[in-house]
Amino acid sequence: MNLPSPNALPLLEVSGLCKSFPGVRALRDVSLALGRGEVLAVIGENGAGKSTLMKILAGVQEQDSGEILVNGAGVRFPNVRAAEHAGIALIHQELNLADNLDIASNLFLGREPQRLGFVDCRRLYADSLGLLAQVGLDCAPRTLVSALSPGRQQLVEIAKALGTNARMLIMDEPTSSLSQHETEQLYRVVKDLRSRGFSVIYISHRLGEVKELADRVVVLRDGANAGELQRDEITHGAMVRLMVGRDLGRHDRTARGHLDGKGPVLEACGLRTTAHPRKPLDFSICPGEIVGVAGLVGSGRTEMLQVLFGIEPAMGGEIRMNGQTVCITSPLDAIRAGMALVPEDRKQQGVILEMAVGQNTTLASLRRDAHAGFLNRKREGEIAVEMTARLRVKTPGLSQFVQFLSGGNQQKVALAKWLAMEPRVLLLDEPTRGIDIGAKQEIYRLMEELAGRGVAILFVSSEMEEILRMSDRTLVMHEGRITGELRRAELSEEAVMRLATAHTASAS
Amino acid sequence: MKKLLGIFGLFVFIFVATALLSPNFLGSYNLQNLVGWISLFGIISIGAMFVIITGGIDLSIGSTIGLVGSLLSWMLMQKGWSEPVALLAVLAVSLCIGLVHGLLITKLRLQPFIVTLCGLLIYRGLARHILHDETGGFGSAHDKLRHFAIGKLHVAAGISIPLSVFFLAAIAVVAAIFLNRTIWGRYLLALGRSETAARYSGINTDRMKITAYALCSLLGGVGGILFSLNLNSIQPSGLGEFYELYAIAAAVLGGCSLRGGEGTVLGVIIGTAVMRVLYNAINILGIPTHLEFAIIGTVILAGVIADELVKRIATKRRAVHALSREP
Repeated sequence: MNLPSPNALPLLEVSGLCKSFPGVRALRDVSLALGRGEVLAVIGENGAGKSTLMKILAGVQEQDSGEILVNGAGVRFPNVRAAEHAGIALIHQELNLADNLDIASNLFLGREPQRLGFVDCRRLYADSLGLLAQVGLDCAPRTLVSALSPGRQQLVEIAKALGTNARMLIMDEPTSSLSQHETEQLYRVVKDLRSRGFSVIYISHRLGEVKELADRVVVLRDGANAGELQRDEITHGAMVRLMVGRDLGRHDRTARGHLDGKGPVLEACGLRTTAHPRKPLDFSICPGEIVGVAGLVGSGRTEMLQVLFGIEPAMGGEIRMNGQTVCITSPLDAIRAGMALVPEDRKQQGVILEMAVGQNTTLASLRRDAHAGFLNRKREGEIAVEMTARLRVKTPGLSQFVQFLSGGNQQKVALAKWLAMEPRVLLLDEPTRGIDIGAKQEIYRLMEELAGRGVAILFVSSEMEEILRMSDRTLVMHEGRITGELRRAELSEEAVMRLATAHTASAS
Repeated sequence: MKKLLGIFGLFVFIFVATALLSPNFLGSYNLQNLVGWISLFGIISIGAMFVIITGGIDLSIGSTIGLVGSLLSWMLMQKGWSEPVALLAVLAVSLCIGLVHGLLITKLRLQPFIVTLCGLLIYRGLARHILHDETGGFGSAHDKLRHFAIGKLHVAAGISIPLSVFFLAAIAVVAAIFLNRTIWGRYLLALGRSETAARYSGINTDRMKITAYALCSLLGGVGGILFSLNLNSIQPSGLGEFYELYAIAAAVLGGCSLRGGEGTVLGVIIGTAVMRVLYNAINILGIPTHLEFAIIGTVILAGVIADELVKRIATKRRAVHALSREP
């Protein structure tokens, strides 16, 4: 561990960084410093401003105000090139490789060694070997990137960054799509880079990883610095405390629904998804119950909701509503059975960005209110007014395009569309991803209000805090299987993480 | 509505300029002729609009027109079918063409460009085969039927309106009601903006897209009947050639976005009128006809560029407006 001495000039220093988007102040006066040979973890809940900060450091976006110093000299990054020139490279969360090209071509994309105007292939492949060795990847440089596993693609990305003479690597959720083995390999690479004097900013919300790798932790909350932990202060509890701003208290919610004696409203028996066809899913949910679905990214939670709602075909099994088997082959079938889904990707799936707020709000209920196919424009207007008022959607008017609303208000529009249909089962996929605290609270209140009226709510969330706060009962998924079910009394972050990583199954 | 003002302004400008430069332009014969052609092209452009609203494209409209004209001539003149049967048969053929396009595009997920490009080649080939590549027509045997396409209604001394105008008016009214007052019209506009979000809202997007392609080809078929009856000289290799491009251009001039989700019937009709007046002006002003394409292309390009610039300014203004309202 070669910690930077206190007197040494930090390699990178950021102070007073601010950035706003329409309706959201993403960063407020954020400061941090990064030393040579240091692994700095930046953690925070979704929407805390981590991604925005990293995008600014990598030149993808420019700050509204604030300073960036590299080696003590002020710099501005109007574009990615400028950041690269200063020695900063971003390893994207979604891999950014051209997967139709081979490894070497990707490593040198845009800066191919040339000879007389032609690509100097001999040097291209020879130099690639050197870069690949640095990250411990033993693949032929001529291998197509599409043939590599996500973990290996990640290593290619890192090698590519090293090839640009980067001294600082920003890794954004690097392990989100990696297997256990690949994750360990990545740890080794990160540690090796550190010992060779590279600096790494490591973003993650897997706290175990942070404990393993970080020399120091900077915590962001609601777009501002929430605190900093030195190597010997990094504990799970300390990180969570800084992230959520208080000790994780239990909310005084009593479990409902299944206690009132009525049978389940929705049951899934042996349901199989196309992503994990060999892993049948069984669960049920009662009226008035809020059931959380926890698990890591890629554990099959979204696929489960999509099969329930008829987006993806089921590969087998049965769905019952109020004890009756229903056949669901399209979203329309699911809607008729009394379900509604607010999907994960708000901008692509939840709302139509270039359409008016009013028209978005009524899109699902048009059919029900129409006479022989003709729009019932009076009823449509009423629903738009009523639902946007009920959800307190902040918009200049109902004819405003949804794209000009803030994320939280867009999400409210996506929800408003379904409230008019009075669903019996509400499926929510990451209902508060990327929205501000105020809108979050409103959505939580709405969930509780609906549950109070007997709506069954099944929600997928990657935010531990949300699961702990909202669910009466929690299903935990791992690699397509429901690995456990936790009642309110058994619910804890440790219990969820144990099931989500399926450690019960392995030796630990 | 603001968007329509721009294209309407362009129309008025070309119209007035041509009228000032050539005294013949406002002659009743020329105007009647002009209005008649606007009506025929308007019908097929409305068809193209439906497909463009879904974010797709139909390149086969012209060939469909050629096939329908050739089939009609063949059925009536060589096979001796009765007029109602022949008309229904060619309409059924054009409807089927659209259904097949829609099915291939939605169920097999083929690209609209490829599917309808193949359609363009196939229907043109079939048309030429049916008439053995010889010019067909109706002679004087079906003058009553032809009256629908070339007849005029006398409304006052010296003023008469081509009957095709009424066809266009009827189709336009129905199309506008369909697009603006029914759930299906709303669904088309929604899926054109975002097919995924429309699907997640319970809209059967495949069925709506198939409907759009079927309507497009059916209106192409209606246009094919009227064009061939009007011309009475059917060259299977030439009838309708390039008409899909005129229809697409008219739709885009009239405010449709090739990205989908945008379009109005009135706009498309004005767009068609701009194209036809321009074409008429080139003829009547003695501009060499080989410059026709170049001029039409230039005007369309200028119109689309102007539209894009206006849209950008509007978007910026809206965003600024929205920002200023946020707390």
